[in-house]
Amino acid sequence: MSAQIIPTRTSAETALAEAFGAAKSTLPGGADVIKLREDSFAVFHEAGLPHRRVEAWHYTDLRALMRDALPIVAAPTAAAIEALGKEFAAPGAPSQRLVLVDGVFAPQLSDALPAGVTVRSLADVLTEGRADLIALLSGQGLGAQDPIVSLNAALMQDGVVIEVAPGISVVEPINLIYATASSTPAARFSRSLVVVGAGASIRLAESSHGAGARVGQTYGCLIFSVGDEAKVDHSAMVTQTLPGSVRLETFIAHLGAKVKFDSFALIAGAGLVRRQIFLRFEGADSEGSLRGVSLLRGREHADTTLFVEHAAPGCTGREIFKYILDEEATGVFQGKIHVAPLAQKTDGRMLSKALLLSDTVAMNNKPELEIFADDVACGHGATCGGLNVDQLFYLQARGLPFAEAEALLLEAFAAELVDEIGHEGLIEAFRSEVSAWLSARVPARVEA
Amino acid sequence: MLEVKNLNVSIGGRKILNDFNLTVQDGEVAAIMGPNGTGKSTLSYVIAGRKDYTVESGEVFLNGVNLLELEPDVRAAKGLFLAFQYPLEIPGVATMTFLKAALNAQRKQRGEEELSTPDFMKRVKESADKLGIKSDMLKRALNVGFSGGEKKRMDILQMALLQPSFGILDETDSGLDIDALRVVADGVNSLRSEKRGFLVITHYQRLLDYIVPDTVHVMAQGQIVRTGGKELALELEKSGYREYVTEQAVA
Repeated sequence: MSAQIIPTRTSAETALAEAFGAAKSTLPGGADVIKLREDSFAVFHEAGLPHRRVEAWHYTDLRALMRDALPIVAAPTAAAIEALGKEFAAPGAPSQRLVLVDGVFAPQLSDALPAGVTVRSLADVLTEGRADLIALLSGQGLGAQDPIVSLNAALMQDGVVIEVAPGISVVEPINLIYATASSTPAARFSRSLVVVGAGASIRLAESSHGAGARVGQTYGCLIFSVGDEAKVDHSAMVTQTLPGSVRLETFIAHLGAKVKFDSFALIAGAGLVRRQIFLRFEGADSEGSLRGVSLLRGREHADTTLFVEHAAPGCTGREIFKYILDEEATGVFQGKIHVAPLAQKTDGRMLSKALLLSDTVAMNNKPELEIFADDVACGHGATCGGLNVDQLFYLQARGLPFAEAEALLLEAFAAELVDEIGHEGLIEAFRSEVSAWLSARVPARVEA
Repeated sequence: MLEVKNLNVSIGGRKILNDFNLTVQDGEVAAIMGPNGTGKSTLSYVIAGRKDYTVESGEVFLNGVNLLELEPDVRAAKGLFLAFQYPLEIPGVATMTFLKAALNAQRKQRGEEELSTPDFMKRVKESADKLGIKSDMLKRALNVGFSGGEKKRMDILQMALLQPSFGILDETDSGLDIDALRVVADGVNSLRSEKRGFLVITHYQRLLDYIVPDTVHVMAQGQIVRTGGKELALELEKSGYREYVTEQAVA
C-alpha cells in the first residue's frame, strides 16, 4: 500500500511561478545568471513556500501566513525618482547614501563614496558577468537550500555591489536605503553584495525610507564577503512596517581570518518579519557578533533565525537577541551553532531574552548546538519572563511612578544592545526608534 | 516624624510584624538592632511600599500622612527614602538619566517645577564630590559593575539629591569595609538636621560608632522589646541577642 502524494500549490506559489516565467527573460544577467536563476527557482518550486513541517520555518508557516503573492513591482518612473530626490535633499537626510527605489539602484539619489569604495548596480554586475562576483552573489552554499533565499536569487531585480579595496577605512556609515515609489503594495526582490578587502574597515547601515518601503512583500538579501583582518560594523533598521506587509530578509556573511564583524538589527513594526542570518567563519581567529532587538505588539510576528557555522579554528561567536512582546504578538528565535571538526578552540555563546508583557503573547525559542570538535567552549541560553520586580520597586521607591519605571526598564532592556553599536549617530537613531515604540504603548496597568 | 502604630504584617500567612509600634521624631536618629529574621527588613519594605507583604492592620504616618494607602513613588515624594541593603543593578539605565528622572518625578508629584539641566548637574556634582563618587561612575549604567561600597555611596548620593524628610537605612553597613563605611556614614551625618529623622537598621554596633544614634531599639519576633540610649548598642555588642530571643520564645 502506498500513498500517492499529489502536490498542491497554493495560489501564492502558482502566482510566483507565473511571475518567474514572465520575468525571467527581462531580468538582468547572461547565460550563467539565467542558469543560476533557473536552478534557484527549481529549489523554490520543489519546496514551495516554507511551512510548519519545514524545521527551519516551523514557527513561521509562510504557506499559511502569506495567502497571496503580490505582482513584482514596476520600475520606478522618473517623476517618482525626482520626488524622492527632493526628500533626500532635505536637511538631515543621511549622507553617504546608496538608495534602492523599489529594489532598483538609483545612482541619481545616491552619493559618491570615498576613494577605494566602488559601487555598481547588481544589474550591471550580472550583465557584465564577472565570475568571482557572481559566485559570491550566489551565496556560495550559505542559505542555498532555503526556499526563500532561492526565490530571491531567482527573481533578484537589482541591488548594489559594493567593493571596498584592501586597507581602506571608512568610519562614517554607508547608508543603504530602501525607498519605494510604487503606491500600491507589490513584491520587491533585491540582492546586494559587499566585498570587503583585507584589512579594510567599514560600517554599513540599512534602513527604509517612507511608508512605501513598509508595505507589500519584500524579499531582501544582503551578502557580505569579508577579507582577512577586516573590520565590519553593520546595522539594520527594520521598523515601521505596515499591517499586512511581509518582509523576508536574508543576511549572509562569509568571514575570513582575524576579522571583526558586528551586526545589529532592530525589528519593530506591523505585519510579518522573518530575518534569517547565515554566517560562516571561514578563516581562523575571527570575532563575530550578531545582536538584535524585536519590539512587537498587536498581532505582529517576527522571526529571527540564524545559522552560525564555525568552519575554522579559534573564532569567537556572540549572538544575543532580545524581544519585548506585548498584546498578542509572536516572537521566534531559532539559532543553530555548528562547529566543524577542525574548528578547535571555538568560543560560541548564544542567548535569547524575551520580556513578555501580556498573557496572550507567544515566544518560541529554539537554540541548537552541533559540535564536532572536541576542544570548544559553546553555550546557549534562553529566558522568558516579566520585568524584574525588585528593579521596579527600586525605581518606584526613588519616586518614579510605576508606568515610568516600567518604561525606563523596557527602554533599558532594548537599549543595552543598541548602545553597543559603537556609532553615536546610529545609537541615537536606534534609541529614538525604541522610544517611539515605547511611547506608543498602551499605558501600563497598575502593579498587581 | 515617623509613627508606626500597631502594625501587623504577614507574608504567606506567616506573621512577621506583631503589633509593632515606633515613633521617630524630627531630628532624631533611631537605631533598630536585632537578630536575623526578626522583621527588620520587612519593616523597612512595608514602610517604603513593597507589595509582597500583607498589612493586616495598623498605620504608618510620615508627618501626619498615612503612607500605607500610597504607592511607593508617592511615599517617596512625601519625603520617605529607603537606602537599600543591596541597591539594584539596572543595566541599560544611565545613572544620570535615572537621577534626573527620580528627582523630577518627585518634584512633579509635589507640584514643583522640573529642575533645569545645569542646576541638576551642579547638585549632582556637589553631592558626588562629597561622597568621593567619580564622574566616570556617573557615566555608567546604574550600579552596574559597582563594588558594594560604590553602590552604597550611590544610594547616599540619591538621598542627598532627593532631600527626604525621613531616611531609612536598611543594613547599610553590610558588605562595606571600614573605609567605605566611614564615607557612607559621613554622607549620612552631613544630612542630619533638626527637620530630618533617620531609622538605622543594623545587626552590628559598628555602624553606630559612625552614625551615633539618639535612641536604640531592640527588635525581636516582630516587636520592639527594649529601648534605650546609644549605650544599649554597646551592651548588645557584649551580650548578644540571646536573652531577647529566649524571652520572646518563653512569652
